[in-house]
Amino acid sequence: MSNNHLLRIENLHKSFGNNEVLKGISFHLNVGETKVVVGPSGTGKSTILNHINMLVPPDQGHIYLENVDVTTTTDIHKVRQEIGFVFQDFGLFNHLTAKGNVMIGLLRVKKMDKKEAEELALFELERVGLTEFANSYPAQLSGGQKQRVGIARALAMQPKLILFDEPTSALDPELTGEVLTVMRSLADEGMTMLIVTHEMGFARTVADEMIFMEYGKIVEQAPPEKLFTNPEQKRTKEFLFKLTELYSEGEK
Amino acid sequence: MEGALVTVRLAIVSMLIGFIFGLPLAFGQVYGNKFIKGIISIYERIARSIPLLVILFLIFYGLPRMGIRLPEFLAAVLALGLRSAAYQSQIYRGAIQSVSGSQMRAALSMGMKKFTAFFYVILPQAVRIAIPPIGNESAILLKDTSVVYAIGMSELLRQGFYIFTNNGEATTILLAVALIYYILTMIINKLLSLFEKKYKIPGIGIEVGVNE
Repeated sequence: MSNNHLLRIENLHKSFGNNEVLKGISFHLNVGETKVVVGPSGTGKSTILNHINMLVPPDQGHIYLENVDVTTTTDIHKVRQEIGFVFQDFGLFNHLTAKGNVMIGLLRVKKMDKKEAEELALFELERVGLTEFANSYPAQLSGGQKQRVGIARALAMQPKLILFDEPTSALDPELTGEVLTVMRSLADEGMTMLIVTHEMGFARTVADEMIFMEYGKIVEQAPPEKLFTNPEQKRTKEFLFKLTELYSEGEK
Repeated sequence: MEGALVTVRLAIVSMLIGFIFGLPLAFGQVYGNKFIKGIISIYERIARSIPLLVILFLIFYGLPRMGIRLPEFLAAVLALGLRSAAYQSQIYRGAIQSVSGSQMRAALSMGMKKFTAFFYVILPQAVRIAIPPIGNESAILLKDTSVVYAIGMSELLRQGFYIFTNNGEATTILLAVALIYYILTMIINKLLSLFEKKYKIPGIGIEVGVNE
């Protein structure tokens, strides 16, 4: 196998009760690549992300981070340190300041000393443009700022890969922009990212490749230009057309 | 009044026992497997449906039949504490569940172990949420300590009895006893609300909007 595959997913299956959410998903991610997963709601996009760091174990299939099989590893905590996760609902720790949120993983997981952790936390907050909010608590921040703290928190762990689970779905359009800007700059810096989103404009410009999923299967996978202008599947075209229209209308 | 002192000691130690047992019970109820959850819920049902006096008698008069004879104070705090543990665990369980969920997921996703996440992320917030109901429980517990007079301990109420059997002024003495309970309860409430204010998370609750 190629050493360039940072993440390799093979034949994932998952059912919740009688509902088969994933019906054999395989793809891979190279170092420095940004892939965006799109598709209608309920097609299992977020489930894939939850499988990758084993917050929810798959029923079948394998996931390799470099050469480690995530699904069978004995030290999942170690693997999770290397995979950042940015949540739709932010998942910030409400009793800690922005800085505290970024530091806690460094202190409690990486066992860094306090001073070092603080420096790194401030550095990461600067990266997402929140230096002046370092001492604010989540309840004092806007949604966009919260999500940027979420991103800084993921970055601070120096992950090999960051997963974004609809990072802007809980934000109004005005705040979406500031989060997407941060994500775009990460992509430019060469961070490896797997993003589930409905932001087609963003996906089109940032993704190296897009994965279109429906009913638990990958319908089509291609660079965005090809997917948008000349998709092989009729269904891809319908979906992208509908979404693009929907969102560009929302943006005005 | 040394009776009041005994009452206070009883209340504090029982509350602590309730905390020491109640918190793990709550942890088990939220994160445990079916078996653990089952056992805990049986314990709680029992502890909450038997009158305190009966629990006390069982421990003080019942256990010696099995060869375990406990001193009065220990029997008293065990009865009060074990029962309080059941109530306290319900309080903590609710508090834990109201914080858990997405924050637990976020903590785990950083590579934190479940227990670390519980300790550093969930617990600090749950404790804050639990303060008001815990104040309630302490107030109830403080007054419930009066039942231990039934096994002959001289706490506040019994000391009151001593005095008025000696000089006959029952009403005055009982009112004085009531007043002391009242003052003690006030002190607990005051302390807890100070604690609540001190550890308030900025931006949550009434203070919303204070930030620029």
